[in-house]
Amino acid sequence: MIEPDIIKDAEIEVLLKDIADVYDYDFTQYSKASLKRRLNRICIIDKFTSFAELRYRLINDASYLQRFIEEITVNVTEMFRDPLFYKALRTDILPSLGTYPFIRIWIAGCSTGEEAYSIAILLKEIGLYNQALIYATDINPGVLEKAAKGIFAAGPMRQYAENYILSGGSKDLSVYYISQYDHVRFHSDLKSKIIFSTHNLVSDASFNEFQLILCRNVLIYFDKDLQNRVFKLFDDSLQPLGYLALGAKETIRFSHLEHKYRQWNGEKIWKKISWES
Amino acid sequence: MAANKQTEILLIGGSAGSISVLLKMLPDLRRDLSFPVVIVLHRKAGNESGLELLLNTHSNLPIMEAYDKINIRPGTVYLAPADYHLLFEDKEQIGLDFSEKVNYSRPSIDVAFQSAARVFKANTAALLLSGANNDGLKGMECIAQYGGMLLLQDPATAEVAFMPKQVLFRMNVQQILQPENMARFMNQLNGN
Ligand SMILES: C[S@@+](CC[C@H](N)C(=O)[O-])C[C@H]1O[C@@H](n2cnc3c(N)ncnc32)[C@H](O)[C@@H]1O
Repeated sequence: MIEPDIIKDAEIEVLLKDIADVYDYDFTQYSKASLKRRLNRICIIDKFTSFAELRYRLINDASYLQRFIEEITVNVTEMFRDPLFYKALRTDILPSLGTYPFIRIWIAGCSTGEEAYSIAILLKEIGLYNQALIYATDINPGVLEKAAKGIFAAGPMRQYAENYILSGGSKDLSVYYISQYDHVRFHSDLKSKIIFSTHNLVSDASFNEFQLILCRNVLIYFDKDLQNRVFKLFDDSLQPLGYLALGAKETIRFSHLEHKYRQWNGEKIWKKISWES
Repeated sequence: MAANKQTEILLIGGSAGSISVLLKMLPDLRRDLSFPVVIVLHRKAGNESGLELLLNTHSNLPIMEAYDKINIRPGTVYLAPADYHLLFEDKEQIGLDFSEKVNYSRPSIDVAFQSAARVFKANTAALLLSGANNDGLKGMECIAQYGGMLLLQDPATAEVAFMPKQVLFRMNVQQILQPENMARFMNQLNGN
């Protein structure tokens, strides 16, 4: 789309301030480049012809806020994305957690749940599912509703099945779901140990202690200051010797956590090795 | 073109058939290039470091794959990572985005070029190489709207001429370049 930008940079600041004032959502420290694309997109989809129109609607119609959040957050996700990452979880990281009587895992920014179901499958296959609990959270209640249903489009399943094999899986991914027309429904025992809940990384506090936190492809939407604040939240929520896993192009290098964590074998997984604050 | 224009970023976009062009151009770029170079190529997700390594062995300048919020520097070549869109937060910083594919592509050349145009405005220079896909066209149009510089691989030299030909049909480019002349042209964009 080369429609001239509907919203100018200065107007974005104004809009985000408004939203933070009127509602409990603070997007002022989101990465501007992505946010700008999403704002232009929502103006086109919802046919706002000016910034003023979008602003008026947002301030005066609380029911529009949810749609706004759904559209400006990016919820693209996949099962077993980056198969080698999942392989590391399967062969090393998760088994090392097996000595804990109770394994708590937090998937922050889980979107529609593909990651959570992937982790559940790994835990089943290495025999740790029954002693584990997965907290899968997101800012967007809409995606969590979908995640809790466990119903996904059939189209990408072939790709997911390939990823699953590359991650060290030895079954056919289809043993975990039943196909129904153009979608598949994952067996409900896979989600018996997953708790889906809203949690806003910007404003909500730590709510438990975990041995493993996954937050992949969420921090790319935050500026550096906010990233550091969220790293602190993760640090406060991780047990000593726990693991923090990030997306393929994200890093804790150059962050305040750098010296307290050790990277695991070149993967985007870091182990908490120091717990003085 | 206006004399006060000064190239602040060089973008290179390409898909099928463009790697051999890069291997021709990269060795002859001057080391003191006064702007960063950002390359957006269509490629398969997965085997990322292979390309970085290949280009590095044929380059006079350091080449690295961009990661999230990396600070970009003059005289360095950045490669868009597979499976992410590349955006510019400002003139110094790249951001990555895992949103929907555009033109069946992620990274999309259009997305990166449009983002650059909004940040660098008339000081953007963009070179579109060989390719079989429409991705890149809208990005070039956007750069033209902001008064940036459009450069194009000579379709006659392109392994797949579709992409450069589409550009030629629709817009006026400043320069049509053969692979062996590209580095020389880029070098004289230098502000030093
Ligand atoms: C691109 S998806 C990543 C999904 C998955 N983790 C993956 O890597 O495939 C980004 C997710 O982050 C969520 N998100 C954005 N801002 C958030 C916030 N402040 N708190 C929690 N989640 C957030 C979005 O709603 C979206 O579902």
